[in-house]
Amino acid sequence: MIGITGFGGYLPRLRLSRQAVAQANAWYAPNFAGRKGTRSMANWDEDSITMAVAAARDCLGPAEDRQHVRAVFLASDTLPFAERLNAGIVAGALTLADDIDALDMGGSQRAALSAVVQAVARVQSGAGDVLVLAADDRKTRAASPQELDYGDAAAALLIGRDKVLAEFLGAGTLSVDFVDHFRATGEDVDYHWEERWVRDEGIGKLMPRAVTAALQQAGVNAAQVDHFIFPSSFAKMDAQLAKACGIRAEAVVDALLDRVGDSGLPHGLLLLAHVLERAQPGQVIVVSQFGSGAQALVFRVTDAIASFQPARGVGEWLARGAEERNYTKFLAFKGQLQLERGMRGEQDKKTALSTAWRHHTALLGLVAGRCEVTGSVHFPPSRLSYDLGSPLQDTQKPYKLADRSAKILSWSAEYLSYHPAPPHHYGQIDFDGGGRILMDFTDLDVGEVDSGTAMEMVFRVKDVDERRGFTRYFWKATPVRAASVNP
Amino acid sequence: MATGIKDKVAILGMGCSKFGERWDASPEDLMLEAYNEAMADAGITPEQLGAAWYSTHMEDVGTGRGGTPMSIALRLPNIGVTRVENFCAGGSEAVRAAVYAVAAGACDIALALGVEKLKDTGYGGLPMAQVGTYIPQWYPNAVAPANFAQLASAYRTKHGIDAALLKRAISHVSIKSHANGAKNPKAHLQKPITEEQCMKAPIIAAPLGLFDCCGVSDGAAAVVVTTPEIARALGKTDLVTFKALQLAVSNGWELQSSQWDGSYVHTARIAAKKAYQEAGIRDPRKELSMTEVHDCFSITELVTMEDLGLSGEGQAVRDVLDGVFDADGEVPCQIDGGLKCFGHPVGASGIRMLYEIYLQLQGRAGPRQLADPKTGLIHNLGGQPSQNVCSISIVGLEGA
Repeated sequence: MIGITGFGGYLPRLRLSRQAVAQANAWYAPNFAGRKGTRSMANWDEDSITMAVAAARDCLGPAEDRQHVRAVFLASDTLPFAERLNAGIVAGALTLADDIDALDMGGSQRAALSAVVQAVARVQSGAGDVLVLAADDRKTRAASPQELDYGDAAAALLIGRDKVLAEFLGAGTLSVDFVDHFRATGEDVDYHWEERWVRDEGIGKLMPRAVTAALQQAGVNAAQVDHFIFPSSFAKMDAQLAKACGIRAEAVVDALLDRVGDSGLPHGLLLLAHVLERAQPGQVIVVSQFGSGAQALVFRVTDAIASFQPARGVGEWLARGAEERNYTKFLAFKGQLQLERGMRGEQDKKTALSTAWRHHTALLGLVAGRCEVTGSVHFPPSRLSYDLGSPLQDTQKPYKLADRSAKILSWSAEYLSYHPAPPHHYGQIDFDGGGRILMDFTDLDVGEVDSGTAMEMVFRVKDVDERRGFTRYFWKATPVRAASVNP
Repeated sequence: MATGIKDKVAILGMGCSKFGERWDASPEDLMLEAYNEAMADAGITPEQLGAAWYSTHMEDVGTGRGGTPMSIALRLPNIGVTRVENFCAGGSEAVRAAVYAVAAGACDIALALGVEKLKDTGYGGLPMAQVGTYIPQWYPNAVAPANFAQLASAYRTKHGIDAALLKRAISHVSIKSHANGAKNPKAHLQKPITEEQCMKAPIIAAPLGLFDCCGVSDGAAAVVVTTPEIARALGKTDLVTFKALQLAVSNGWELQSSQWDGSYVHTARIAAKKAYQEAGIRDPRKELSMTEVHDCFSITELVTMEDLGLSGEGQAVRDVLDGVFDADGEVPCQIDGGLKCFGHPVGASGIRMLYEIYLQLQGRAGPRQLADPKTGLIHNLGGQPSQNVCSISIVGLEGA
């Protein structure tokens, strides 16, 4: 049996209030006045790579040994690098083995489903699990419908043979050049054609063919579908499609548009991960997406479903959001508003690539060195260990810190330097079991932390070298949070 | 067996430029200002200098690298000039080199001069430093106020001190220095401030507000040193001699291990202990007449009082608020206004601290003169609490 052996998701903490956007733009676009709810909004230091890492960690859990993952497929239409393997950065952050396959995929909103099909094929032909990741962090024009409709998110599925939670039953695919929207290489925002044409000629005619083909291959009757996923920001499009396919109305899965928005490419897997959190053995799930054709996948939930829980899960990510009513913050984070940075913002962020490679396990994987003699943990790892005694040489072994509990020893929040989200919080973090790093904090509010506050590690954008177009990544500390009550 | 530096080297003369926003002066002008005063005070000609040490931190906005900028600025007679750089403690390092050269007999008379031209950056505060190619890839893009502000959170947590009380205590540190600076015509900032002004000032790096941060200043300071014998032969009396010169440098323990609690400066405690030993001081609070400490931020001065053994553990808040370190207190600190108000031209600061103690010991400090001082301590810190160089020097009247 081949299928889903793990799942996870990720939603950025910030949820932009649509009302705040509509109010700010009311002078120009009064037609959005009635928009309600929130959309997820990546922090300034999040992108498709960091969100994919977060979803992967949600799926894989704090496992020390990830040798079972033999391939990682990263699907995204907003990959930060056109050349430099984005999936390779993710693999490094996850401390996956060097000898895995890592692949970037994209080009349409159904690319994540294509990635799942390819993952199934790979598992069929070889050993080991395939980690399928999907993430998008899309840009939109101010006062456009997409600004309100879109959201930022990521999802992860582990495809394998052991302890399958949902068996892959079949797929239906159409690859045709139906252009409902497009974005040329190098462009920031999508260009959309008329909604009515997309509904009637596109989704209305192409999607039923893919869904029907998938059900046929799966040997499942449409009426047997328990969960039907079709993310679309078009009102009731999912219900219309279900009806057209003969799927029961109550099977239609809420697309989270009121809280998250439509995250695009990852949205199908995000909803799938959310459904799997509550799915019962024997239930049939169809996940389908539209884009340069149509695709649908069919799964049947197994008895093993209760044996797995993601580290947080989509449900908890949903619950731990913080409403953001500051529209200019959204614009600035998406690079659409040039804020004055002061002269300190002129600092050159050139990255020495030779240095980055020399220290890549420490930088990408947050791997420290632990002295085998004294047990002291050093970050960055070094040839000499020191523990208020004599230095010991070449005694350190790799020691992962990313999933260890940590707390703040000392901190400050400063308004002096240029920082995209002032004040710039940073401080000394002590890890349980040893290890200390003076590091940046992220995703927190002023007054939220103090010495002793429990923190966890997140993989984020460290700096962007705008002159050369290079993004460097590192880990940051963020408060360990219980789910908030709002929104 | 090392015998220490005590009374082996004396100060022949000192000079210090006016500190501040010296829009009128180039680094060369600042150097000349300090040098002229020091040489006139010493009563010697350039040909009598055997060697020179030159401290400047930020070559990118200042004078450039190497020894030539000073040799050219002062038209020195082709003697050895060596640039020393050790963060904000470079000034004390130039002094240490000059004093050791004289003590070693390598030269009779040596010059140490520090200078910094910070006000040609185009903005307030210190420039952002580039620190190699690895550190920027993981370490926060840190600024000095937030590095030192962290002392506050750790100190407060360790000793269970209310945040408002600590804020009031560090405010008192600054209020005291402003009161002292008001009596110093060479100081950058010469206006007294109130507690309300200090407590309500805009936050720079929590909990430090504007008045918790020292001035970013242009300036230069110079000292000419020689042996006590030569000083006397040149007609000097009431000699000020070096009693101790110590430097302790972090080796990564504070930064990486989980043993340092972040509430004090580890190197300061090591350097202080060695300096007291070298100078033969048993009870610093009783034996020191005054201190000039590295008050880059108010919280630094507060924890330094404990690092130097002038306050007990967790007692500095109470001592500061009780006025122990005020001008009329038991051990006056920053009688010249300190980094806070005299100003902080990085490479010059250690020598400026020495300048004030020298003036005080010679009874030449004007309206801020202390009654009958005998011994003074200089604490010059470079870097940040978790990784730094800490220089502690003790000077006093010969025989004291």
